[in-house]
Amino acid sequence: MAPAPTPSSPTRIQRNARYGLILFVVYLALYAGFMAVSVLGPREMAVPVLFGMNLAIVYGFVLIVAALVLALVYMALCSRPMPEASSEESQQ
Amino acid sequence: MIYHSSSIAIGIFVTFVGLVLGLSFYLGRKAKSAQGYYTAHGEIHWFVNGVAFAGDYLSAASFLGICGMIAFYGYDGFLYSIGYLAGWVVALFVVAEPLKRLGKFTFADALDKQFNSRGIKLTAAISTLVVSIFYLIPQMVGAGALVKPLLGFTHVQGVLLVGVVVVTIVVTAGMVSTTWVQFIKGSLLVLFCGVLVAMILGRGLSTHTGHNFRTLRADAFADDPEVMILPATGPWKDKPFVRVQNKASGRVSVWRKDKGGLTETQTVTEVEDLTTHTKKKLVNGLPQGEGPGQATLLPVGTISKLPGGKTETGSLSVPEFFSTLSESEIVLWGNDKITEKTGARTVQTTVYYQKLTPGKDVLVPGMSPTFSGLQKDAFYPKLDFLSLMLALFCGTASLPHILIRYYTVKDESAVRKSTVVGIASIGFFYVLTLFLGLGAMTGGTLDVTNTNMAAPLLARSFGEIPFAIISAIAFTTVLGTVSGLIMAASGAVAHDILTNFFQLDMADHNKVRAGKWVAVLVGIIAMVLGVLFEKMNVSFLVGWAFNVAASANLPALVMLLFWKRTTKQGITWAIVVGMVSSLAWILLSGETYKNVYGLDPALSLVKFSQPAIVTIPLGFLTLVVASLLTRPANKPAVA
Repeated sequence: MAPAPTPSSPTRIQRNARYGLILFVVYLALYAGFMAVSVLGPREMAVPVLFGMNLAIVYGFVLIVAALVLALVYMALCSRPMPEASSEESQQ
Repeated sequence: MIYHSSSIAIGIFVTFVGLVLGLSFYLGRKAKSAQGYYTAHGEIHWFVNGVAFAGDYLSAASFLGICGMIAFYGYDGFLYSIGYLAGWVVALFVVAEPLKRLGKFTFADALDKQFNSRGIKLTAAISTLVVSIFYLIPQMVGAGALVKPLLGFTHVQGVLLVGVVVVTIVVTAGMVSTTWVQFIKGSLLVLFCGVLVAMILGRGLSTHTGHNFRTLRADAFADDPEVMILPATGPWKDKPFVRVQNKASGRVSVWRKDKGGLTETQTVTEVEDLTTHTKKKLVNGLPQGEGPGQATLLPVGTISKLPGGKTETGSLSVPEFFSTLSESEIVLWGNDKITEKTGARTVQTTVYYQKLTPGKDVLVPGMSPTFSGLQKDAFYPKLDFLSLMLALFCGTASLPHILIRYYTVKDESAVRKSTVVGIASIGFFYVLTLFLGLGAMTGGTLDVTNTNMAAPLLARSFGEIPFAIISAIAFTTVLGTVSGLIMAASGAVAHDILTNFFQLDMADHNKVRAGKWVAVLVGIIAMVLGVLFEKMNVSFLVGWAFNVAASANLPALVMLLFWKRTTKQGITWAIVVGMVSSLAWILLSGETYKNVYGLDPALSLVKFSQPAIVTIPLGFLTLVVASLLTRPANKPAVA
């Protein structure tokens, strides 16, 4: 038998969706920044910025690490209890 | 290059594949119902599902294509790594949880839940089929490329082997075995690539790797009585090459005119006699082979100068690896195809030549033909780059074989956690691709004719056992992704089209049987296409699949979730317009003209090759217009 799914309340769904959209916009800005530098100032990508590594390498790694960091932030935010709806959820 | 298989490599490979198949048969006992076959009863643990996401997603394109592209062109391949991972942000933050709430077996279920529309069922299923088949092509091409050096098989035999093994896996147990194959493959791929990167950093950089190609004075052949310089006529007239023929043997060698003199090249010549329809292949002016009077292509990929006049660095830290490379001089390889027609003969010579390149140039975008426009002030190449990065960003959350994995766990919380595990595994792997690619670029083992073989050949530079392990893992990489894609296509036909669209009243076991027959059929199509597209870089082909997926599926998915006026007609038309426009754009692009039709890319009807920047907005626009035109009079379209 499949384990019983844990249902989410509508308020929790809305709250999580809001967190998701905010974090999505943060990452989108980072990603758009990378594309903008690549297109508008490609020579800037060759400039060493950290321990002899150039901007292209550092920015690329930052985009990968940022995706994981934001994903962990999202998971932490979504697992926070709903203050006003805790009683509602406990009844489900 | 001529590849030799070794008994160690074959032994490890056969053990690997045998274990995967054994597991598949063992787990097959559980998949008797449609729910078990398509979604593993929703019983997969979130951590296993998360690693299986990596196994599903880290396809031949990620492993073979990206490493190959970095090995030949530097940072440009890493742009794919960045884009592929960024797409997971869209999947996690926007799509994952709503999709889990709305769907049951397939992507079409989720789109159609509020409408019960046959149009949505059919178009979403067709879109799933098209994207899956597009994505299958590079996987099969990668499989053929891999098996060649490992087992000594031809490309066709390699493709057939993968096709048969994958169809067996899918037909025996469906989603349960597919998930475990992907879990095993995802874990091993990330782990062993990590080990390989540690070996690359431990070995450091050296100027001693690979064959030492000669550079001669510009007038080296002028007074040599044993050779004669062939006149630069016909298509050779404006080329920077000198052809030298040995008077005794008749062997022709080609040298490139550079600032420093004449540099040695490698050539592959294909001679076709149009009257007898016979073909002959010469390598470096001799028949291909390893016997007397024969020649084979030599491995390439070296550093010509290290900073401070050193010849080797010893082990390097991560920052030292990049800073040393940026101050070095690297030998990259370009190629030029020259075709001569004389009477009833066609002679096509591909000249592979050395390009001395400052290391700092390979660590920024713009070295590959795909992205070369970034370093120039040209509008369309820059638009092409933006369009590809947009397709990669939007495509992941629209890939059917990824979306169906949201139905294999029990609830939204498990979906969220498994996606985060997926991002961690996939992100770590993509960081490694840069080291693997640059390690291959400087490791002296590259095959100039095949970018897809860079990573396995890099492993061979550390010995036969690492090569066998990496090749076996890469092979299971293909198995994992192909099985996921065939599952998605099978669900689209059996569940969405046969059961829901044609409303065939099938018993549960008949639904599973239909899915298995579809899996066999899709497997055969994939094998045929894998043979036809042998020569194309797999990463480039996957870029196309992302374009079609993002254009056809993402507008419908996002608007369904965030715009209450969305109607069933809006969704149906958005899928149709997104899919048809992106496919048409790709088929009319310069890249397709050049690589598929063999025509001059200047003749193509569209100015840049990647359609997403046009076709994704077109999908959204179509949905909005169609929804507004078909809105019910008295109430919003979606409650």
